[in-house]
Amino acid sequence: MTQQNVTTSESDDDSSTASPEPGSGIASNGTAEAETTTTRSVIESRNLDVYYGEERALQEIDIEIPAEKVTAIIGPSGCGKSTFLRCINRMNDLVDSARVEGELLFEGKNVYDADVDPVALRRRIGMVFQAPNPFPKSIYDNVAYGLRVQDDTENLDERVETALRRAALWDEVNDRLDESALDLSGGQQQRLCIARAIAPDPDVLLMDEPASALDPVATSQIEDLIEELAQDYTVVIVTHNMQQAARISDKTAVFLTGGELVEFDDTSVVFENPEHQRVEDYITGKFG
Amino acid sequence: MSSANAPDLTRDDGRTRREAVVRLVFFVCAVLSVLTTIGIVLTLLSDSVAFFAEVSPVQFLTGTSWSPANDPVNFGVLPLVTGTLVITIGAAAVALPIGLLTAIYLSEYASDRARSVLKPALEVLAGVPTVIYGYFALVYVTPALATIFPTIDTFNALSASLIVGIMIIPMVSSISEDAMSAVPDSLRNASYGLGATKFTVSTSVVVPASVSGIASSFILALSRAIGETMAVTIAAGNTPRLVDLTDPAGVFLNSIQTMTAAMVQLGASDVTGQSIAYKSLFAVGLTLFVITFAMNLVSEWIASRYREEYR
Amino acid sequence: MATDTRDSTSFERVSRAKDIAFEYLTLGATLLGIVALAVLLSYVAVDAVGWLNWQFLTSPPHPMPEKAGIFPALVGSIFLMLLIALITFPLGVGAAVYLEEYAPDSRLTKFIQLNIANLAGVPSVVYGLLGLGLFVQLVSLGYGSLLVAGFTISLLILPIVIISAQEAIQSVPDSMRQASYGMGATKWQTIKNVVLPESLPGILTGTILALGRAIGETAPLIMIGAPTTVFGVPNGPLAKISAMPMQIYTWAEYPDKAFQHGVLAAGVVTLLVVLLSINSIAILIRNRYQTQS
Ligand SMILES: Nc1ncnc2c1ncn2[C@@H]1O[C@H](COP(=O)(O)OP(=O)(O)OP(=O)(O)O)[C@@H](O)[C@H]1O
Ligand SMILES: [Mg+2]
Repeated sequence: MTQQNVTTSESDDDSSTASPEPGSGIASNGTAEAETTTTRSVIESRNLDVYYGEERALQEIDIEIPAEKVTAIIGPSGCGKSTFLRCINRMNDLVDSARVEGELLFEGKNVYDADVDPVALRRRIGMVFQAPNPFPKSIYDNVAYGLRVQDDTENLDERVETALRRAALWDEVNDRLDESALDLSGGQQQRLCIARAIAPDPDVLLMDEPASALDPVATSQIEDLIEELAQDYTVVIVTHNMQQAARISDKTAVFLTGGELVEFDDTSVVFENPEHQRVEDYITGKFG
Repeated sequence: MSSANAPDLTRDDGRTRREAVVRLVFFVCAVLSVLTTIGIVLTLLSDSVAFFAEVSPVQFLTGTSWSPANDPVNFGVLPLVTGTLVITIGAAAVALPIGLLTAIYLSEYASDRARSVLKPALEVLAGVPTVIYGYFALVYVTPALATIFPTIDTFNALSASLIVGIMIIPMVSSISEDAMSAVPDSLRNASYGLGATKFTVSTSVVVPASVSGIASSFILALSRAIGETMAVTIAAGNTPRLVDLTDPAGVFLNSIQTMTAAMVQLGASDVTGQSIAYKSLFAVGLTLFVITFAMNLVSEWIASRYREEYR
Repeated sequence: MATDTRDSTSFERVSRAKDIAFEYLTLGATLLGIVALAVLLSYVAVDAVGWLNWQFLTSPPHPMPEKAGIFPALVGSIFLMLLIALITFPLGVGAAVYLEEYAPDSRLTKFIQLNIANLAGVPSVVYGLLGLGLFVQLVSLGYGSLLVAGFTISLLILPIVIISAQEAIQSVPDSMRQASYGMGATKWQTIKNVVLPESLPGILTGTILALGRAIGETAPLIMIGAPTTVFGVPNGPLAKISAMPMQIYTWAEYPDKAFQHGVLAAGVVTLLVVLLSINSIAILIRNRYQTQS
């Protein structure tokens, strides 16, 4: 399994990873020094192409997503960000016209191999969607859903509580766990969806514009939460919000129209000193 | 180090098999509908074939006398077909214009509140059991008609076709209204923008634009009138008569017999599995099935075309 | 010098007479059928007064109008309806789940779908022939038995149940399914835990409305040889049964005025009241869950 960033990054390897605990909010404020680079990559794509019918939505994507970091994916609308995300846990299998070529490795295993069960894959890779989509069930049943479908119901109460605590929702809902999740506010619903996704303890958390339907207060709660979660999870987040990407991510991938990955590097580099003019134009709002 | 982490993403055979079994169970449920159709066709065909071994299809389709049970037996289906035609024409004369005007009112004029009351009320029209409609026709409509037409029979085609017409109004109105609602507002606005009144917009824009949906509703409603059984059996009686075109009034004021009523008459009598009368039941059934099935297919085909138009 | 007689600043009113006449015409057409039915219903309600009483509801049929009752037919109809519900609910939901959740976009699927639409339009008397040829003659379940009647009418309403269940399943938002799949649920888990619970009220409403249709069906019962008069309550699945519409049809053949304007009216009102109760249940379910979400 290759570990070097062969494709895009300017190799500014410095071994400042003395502290084994990354996260803890250091990625914010656009700290110029790159904190880490030589970490293990969990997800790696090689020559990944995705088609919807005849139309190509992603072209030859090569990327290595590091473990226990926040990787942001940004880019103009329609450039294939969601498509890429949905490739990782094979949600695109549910779209009849979608077709994938190339490799997408999860922990070294190509998830498009014939012997891979997408259901098993999705149990290792959680997903949070753009609009909160709680089930019309109780708060408790929502969080317990993943554990139940995986027949993993030992200490259910405890694990539901843990997930809700980590999603910073416990204090708000602990006295009404059996009320309908639909009665929560939008921001609470989205945090519930995050709790639901992390309850079965997946390795990776995919988030597709998780805060785009929320107001600023709820958004900043979600952002804080993502930084928290990055201590234990590999987070891949799609966002339209450049400041958000800059604030919370360690790595940033920039997709541009046509479905190509133009730049992938430490967030600070991408935002302060991008390699490509097109990326700079996009980030500074000249187009997109 | 990657091997320590290597995920086990392989299929769980038990789970895969369970999923396949569940899928198969649901598939069987869906296929049951196809089996029903096959069952209908085979049932109708097997006894019809036995029937046509004894009575030639030409004799059946062109014979002008129907008397399956009493001597001399005759198996000419024409009187029944014309009887059905009389009822269908009468019902169409009621239901098609009224249903169409109803659809126009609901789609173009009615307020949301009026619609929310009128549409369920129209659904009630379609929900009353047909045996009750037959009773209404026999016990209330015919005596009322007798005050206008003193020569009317106790059993007559007029009251039966009026009542069948009323019961199929909702069929015409609901499908036509769906088609009219699918006409985009931009078309209406274009017409209003040229100073058209609502009347002009309705008749010269909305109706033409939804004509295939309207046609589909008409055909479906006629097919329903052809297959309608209890109301005509109770109200129109059991007199198989070839329609006398020289006497249109007599046609409606006298008793007739439709295909469906003839089937009920045979079904209610004690004909047994071996008799030719029993087999003739299936021959009439086959005729009825072929006619209505063809009409439903045509209606469905036209409807699928209008669904393509606006999307 | 222009001699323009038109005053350029005021507009002539376009005549609305035709417009208004047309509106009244369409309104009149809309009301016609409704009013006609309302009048007929009020007639039958008036006729039933004095005849529809406890004795009528609890007695078997009798040649004398004063002693005639609808009890066996009422019970028969209720048994029949329960049997039909037991058959059509699982089969109808199963078919709908297949078509909405599993079926590929293939010719076979289109064929099944078209076939269902067409079955919904097959005259009920033809279903009666299917019951007669298949269940009575071929399988020998007996003329006019509860089982034959139940099977026959079940096949008749199955297309309606399937179509309404499909509509209910379609109304479940796709984001729910995505959320479930995203959690690593299998298809069946998603259907069982998310799709069916969400669509259940709609499915129930549609099924109950279809049962309302079933309870009024007469022609299939005649074709499968249901007896015109039954004095007792069915004591087993192969027992011959009566049903309310069958009894009404039988009474309609009695020319006696006391039957036509008395017993028969009482029977019609009984059937309508049962039908109304069934439909009210369906509407209650619909309203209850509509306001919730
Ligand atoms: N289900 C689908 N069927 C066909 N084409 C699709 C489908 N989903 C996405 N596409 C196409 O693929 C391309 C990439 O879409 P995608 O949703 O990945 O973009 P995105 O970057 O997430 O955009 P946004 O920021 O608006 O969410 C677009 O051109 C889109 O039209
Ligand atoms: Mg997207």
